Amino acid sequence: MLYAILCYNSEDVVGAWSPAEDAAVMARLGAVEAGLAVAERMGAAARLLPTTAAVTLRKGRELMVIDGPFAETKEQLLGFYVVDCADLEAAIAVARDLAVANPDRGAYEIRPLAVYRPGCLAGAPRQVRGRKAHVRGAGA
Amino acid sequence: MTIANIDAAWIDAALTAARPQAVAALLRYFRDLDTAEEAFQDACLRALKAWPKNGPPRDPTAWLILVGRNAALDGVRKQSKSAPLPPEELISDLEDAEASLVDRLDGEHYRDDVLRLLFICCHPDLPATQQVAVALRIVSGLSVRQIARAFLVGESAMEQRITRAKARIGAADVPFGAPDLEERAQRLNTVAAMVYLVFNEGYSAGGQELLTRGALCDEAIRLARLLLRLFPGEPEVMGLTALLLLQHARAPARFDADGAVVLLEDQDRGLWNGRMIAEGLALIDKAVRHRRPGPYLVQAAIAAEHDRAERPEDTNWARIDLLYGDLEQLAPSPVVTLNRAVAVAKVAGPEAALEMIEPLAPKLSGYFHFFGLRGGLLLQLGRRDEARVAFDQAIALANTAAEAAHIRLHLDRLMKEGVGG
Repeated sequence: MLYAILCYNSEDVVGAWSPAEDAAVMARLGAVEAGLAVAERMGAAARLLPTTAAVTLRKGRELMVIDGPFAETKEQLLGFYVVDCADLEAAIAVARDLAVANPDRGAYEIRPLAVYRPGCLAGAPRQVRGRKAHVRGAGA
Repeated sequence: MTIANIDAAWIDAALTAARPQAVAALLRYFRDLDTAEEAFQDACLRALKAWPKNGPPRDPTAWLILVGRNAALDGVRKQSKSAPLPPEELISDLEDAEASLVDRLDGEHYRDDVLRLLFICCHPDLPATQQVAVALRIVSGLSVRQIARAFLVGESAMEQRITRAKARIGAADVPFGAPDLEERAQRLNTVAAMVYLVFNEGYSAGGQELLTRGALCDEAIRLARLLLRLFPGEPEVMGLTALLLLQHARAPARFDADGAVVLLEDQDRGLWNGRMIAEGLALIDKAVRHRRPGPYLVQAAIAAEHDRAERPEDTNWARIDLLYGDLEQLAPSPVVTLNRAVAVAKVAGPEAALEMIEPLAPKLSGYFHFFGLRGGLLLQLGRRDEARVAFDQAIALANTAAEAAHIRLHLDRLMKEGVGG
């Protein structure tokens, strides 16, 4: 069974980590990921930019793009993992390992996947360099 | 299991994060800055005792407001035994339950509370540096000592400055009612400018000062993100946040190991912070959808052009020139024209750029960068003696040791070439 492990935490607190703290947490989480990868249980994983970078497409009779995240909550969805686990207990065990690696506040939501398409992307986010943005003339 | 334990660093970060909202809400209750700050301080002390024992509350900000308010009310009650009762309006919403308080935290009120708190720091009588100092003290909660270090002055001098500034703020009458649309927009503008000032205080620091003053850039980004969360649909707040992120992303490459300035074209672009750049670009993308570009967004777009170029020679100077043209219309200033001239020099050559900046001379006669650029352009044109004069003027006007040292490099090169040729 594939499970998604959704990482919730306070953006303010995580954002206040020093680069050294951040790197230390990512290294500890990386060790957990590496273990899962060796067992061939590791699927996609992502860390999200702050919710202030989000827009939300509201569905309804008219589609509306709203600035900001879908839900204003005390803790925010900051990232996720997809892991292959025999059962719920195994998935909780993975989340426990992550929690020990990153013993901050917050929560890991564990949700079985109904559909999983691994997609065709490999590696890090696309280079930002060379991208075009069009501010000029936007007001005209 | 270590998950149930909360460490001091977490509490510290949570208290810092909650501060603007909590102090702002307490200010609305008590209508007095000192009372609000003391109430928050009190609540923090209680949190340091209670949270490690009981675990942190579900909503730290609401907890701090409630506990702070109760603590301050206790104080008011004790005083009232020997003094006349305070007027009713001094203590509003006395009977509120916690639930309704939490509701209100998420509502519009809270947004205006924080905006008001930031706005009162921007009192027009206060010089810019004092606005920044007061905001850092009240909103960000930096200690007087930290602020004094950031401004390179003694602690007692800064203490005095902040006390005087706060007295002025206290005398000012910022209405506590919800502002109307126009008033809100005006406050937002003023506050955005102040956040930019905080950033510039850190950004203009160089070399040795960077360690202490660079933190001001992080603080400004935190404030900008706070504003953005309060006003998620304001393209200029997106632009401001993007601008700060895109400029600060280059910080690791801006100075060499000796603290000397490294020019944009000489920076090791691999040191730039990719995640900050990605976030800044994402914010520009969002803002552009609103189709009403303002000065911050255009400046962010200019910064983005630099950040996007993999090598200096990939920089799209023609586009930067156009963007500066837009900025000249949105927010005309001789400094904007001066910056445009840098792009013009790349696109059309030093002659055209020099022609563009000559008329600025009367307005920028006290501006370091004017003479720095002028000297550079004259040098490119082979007018060495004039270049030397301009560089000398620049050094006399340098704000930091790093700026002066950078110009001196040019001069040294001039001297050497002068001897050789």
